Amino acid sequence: MKNTFKKFAVIAMACMMVFALAACGGGGDSSSDSEGAGAGTLHIGGVGPLTGPAALYGTAVKNGAELAVKEINEANPDGVQIAWDMQDDEHDAEKSVNAYNKLVDDGMQVLVGTVTSAPCTAVAAEAYANRTFVLTPSASAAAVVEGNDNVYQLCFQDPQQGQIAADYIAENYPDAVVGAIYNNADNYSSGIYDAFKAEYETKGKTIAATEAFSDDANADFSAQLNSMKNAGVDFVFLPIYYTPASNIMKQASDMGYTPKYFGCDGFDGILALEGFDTSLAEGALLLTPFSADADDEATQAFVSAYQEAYGEKPIQFAADAYDCVYAVYNAFLETGLSTDASMEEICEALISQFNGGFSVKGLTASGEMKWESTGEVDKAPKIYLIQDGKYVEQ
Amino acid sequence: MAERLLKNISTRGLKKTAKKGMQYRKEAMISYAILFIGYAVLQIGAMTGIVGRNLQGQFVPICVYVSLAISLNLVVGISGELSLGHAGFMAVGAFTGIIVMRVLEQYITIVPVRLIIALLVAAFVASIAGFIIGIPILSLRGDYLAIVTLAFGEIVRNFMNVLHFALDDKGHLKFAFNHTIEGITNEQRIITGAIGATGVTKTATFTYAMLLTAFTLFIVLNLKNSKQGRAIMAIRDNRIAGESIGLDVKKYKLIAFVVSAALAGMAGCMFGQNYSTLAPVKFNFNTSVLILVFVVLGGIGNIWGGMIAAALLTILPEAFRQFADYRMLTYAIVLILVMICTYNPAIKARIQNIWKKINPLKRKKDEGKKDKKKKSGKEAE
Repeated sequence: MKNTFKKFAVIAMACMMVFALAACGGGGDSSSDSEGAGAGTLHIGGVGPLTGPAALYGTAVKNGAELAVKEINEANPDGVQIAWDMQDDEHDAEKSVNAYNKLVDDGMQVLVGTVTSAPCTAVAAEAYANRTFVLTPSASAAAVVEGNDNVYQLCFQDPQQGQIAADYIAENYPDAVVGAIYNNADNYSSGIYDAFKAEYETKGKTIAATEAFSDDANADFSAQLNSMKNAGVDFVFLPIYYTPASNIMKQASDMGYTPKYFGCDGFDGILALEGFDTSLAEGALLLTPFSADADDEATQAFVSAYQEAYGEKPIQFAADAYDCVYAVYNAFLETGLSTDASMEEICEALISQFNGGFSVKGLTASGEMKWESTGEVDKAPKIYLIQDGKYVEQ
Repeated sequence: MAERLLKNISTRGLKKTAKKGMQYRKEAMISYAILFIGYAVLQIGAMTGIVGRNLQGQFVPICVYVSLAISLNLVVGISGELSLGHAGFMAVGAFTGIIVMRVLEQYITIVPVRLIIALLVAAFVASIAGFIIGIPILSLRGDYLAIVTLAFGEIVRNFMNVLHFALDDKGHLKFAFNHTIEGITNEQRIITGAIGATGVTKTATFTYAMLLTAFTLFIVLNLKNSKQGRAIMAIRDNRIAGESIGLDVKKYKLIAFVVSAALAGMAGCMFGQNYSTLAPVKFNFNTSVLILVFVVLGGIGNIWGGMIAAALLTILPEAFRQFADYRMLTYAIVLILVMICTYNPAIKARIQNIWKKINPLKRKKDEGKKDKKKKSGKEAE
């Protein structure tokens, strides 16, 4: 017995010392300093949740960006190379600021991130004071860009999505009795819903029934669905993520209630959900900038490369990140700066690029993407219908 | 039976009193020394540029977590009750502080003054929350108290999720519950439900945060060494004996609970002033447990142990960033190892043995003791 303790103590001490030493060595070195030949290396950093409940999105962004970086580096062996480093923030504002500071310590020049809205708002303020150019693939809250001239979004803002959805429904389904179920504990969901409600009411229409739920109670929707049913709702607006949405569809069909559904970009991924009967989603509409089933050449190439590298279909976040890297890269080349330029110089140059009518093609827009000086993206929305288990563009 | 018990306790107490005074001084000295040395080292490191941006950014959170660990130790260590809702008080303080800072911005331009007022108001509101929750639950014990405090933390968070505050054109504070306030611009919003507070002007600095930590430490150490503190500890050690000599159990437990809540509110206020945005989700159950882990890891009731644990456990996840995918795994392993090493008596004894051998100061002391013993022995002969 004594011996085991002795052994264990020795092993434990050894482990602790290794960790302590490893932690000490962490300060100075930056892993990606291997300067390529030719025009140098642009250091792009990423921040997003790689662990925790939102890890799905962060990982998709990481994969999508890595794919773009690999493509760019292989296509331009003599041109400007990209070094990509992504840090985990666990979908937490405090950790996100830490991750951003770590990237600045390591010599980051441009930030592609952060992935989720609340952390991005915190990082945006730091980056504003510190002059880092930020292009976020997926932080869609309005607060992310407000008051920050250095922050741009590649995704639609939450209120933009709500407006687009309201306009589309009012125009194409004028006779529908519309209801909405949203997550009032989530700023993404409530942001879309508030804008949707305002826009839909300015069209002279009313929402027949509104029900809310929170993250803590997203398994049982019978109360919300009964309220929809009793109000005679035949068109349910669901500005929520796909996991609760799949529960809603399943429970509605179990109680013999079959309205038409309309989702936003959080809906994307529902067909790939394990254990979900995709026939339930048949006929649902969704507003998403990207579909892995689209048959244009660029998307097909991206999807097959992504599947080969990571063994799964890319979701919207991966495509957003892919576009972000290309947008930053092309804008940087247009500025004519060398890669030795400081973070502050690059920031000012890129701001004038993005404000000065810079446009880029991408997977997540049907045409060119441009940016407003407020930081919002200006691109054409895409609305899809789920038919035979596939997305069909409307 | 009761008489014998009392007698036993009182004689034991008398013998210990002198020793306890020493212990208190030693504890206070170590705690203040840790604080002062930590501040000096980090401040010099930041000035000379040895400490990077990543660590500098954590200065304020470290101070806040150290404060929280100290204040939770008051409930868990000194009062002997398990509280799982400390993040709730932190949340109350944080959001109160943000509102007060925003409202006072137009009247008071000197930041430290505004911050002190915000801290005091945050402490006041958090202590009211502590009082309200404390009255019904302090007649509960052990697990039941833990469950109710857990629920309290969740209630606070969910309450914040539907709370809206804004400052309109005339500088009036507007309030709404469960719906957004209409007719104002986004910049005028202070707290917007689940989105939380946005556009907060950062006012917290390392020095302010350190002063707050010192204040927290001062309050807790002095309370511990006061008449009330001894009463609180007596009740912790034996509730029946305490009651039998006329101590008002509820009152003393409530003192500990409310003071702890007020201090947590102040720490929360400082935390809220360190980020431009703050969402209620930050103050979930995990944060409460994290603070409890600081206290447990540092040794329940051991104030400076909790301080060190809080600082280390805040820095470690960042220091482990180079492990990339294995970061959280490494963190968990280190946590488990530390727990085993500090709580397993056999391993603890072994480490203490090794420490004795390495530590020259202690060895001298021991040798000195032996010499004295020998001398006194000779004299007796």
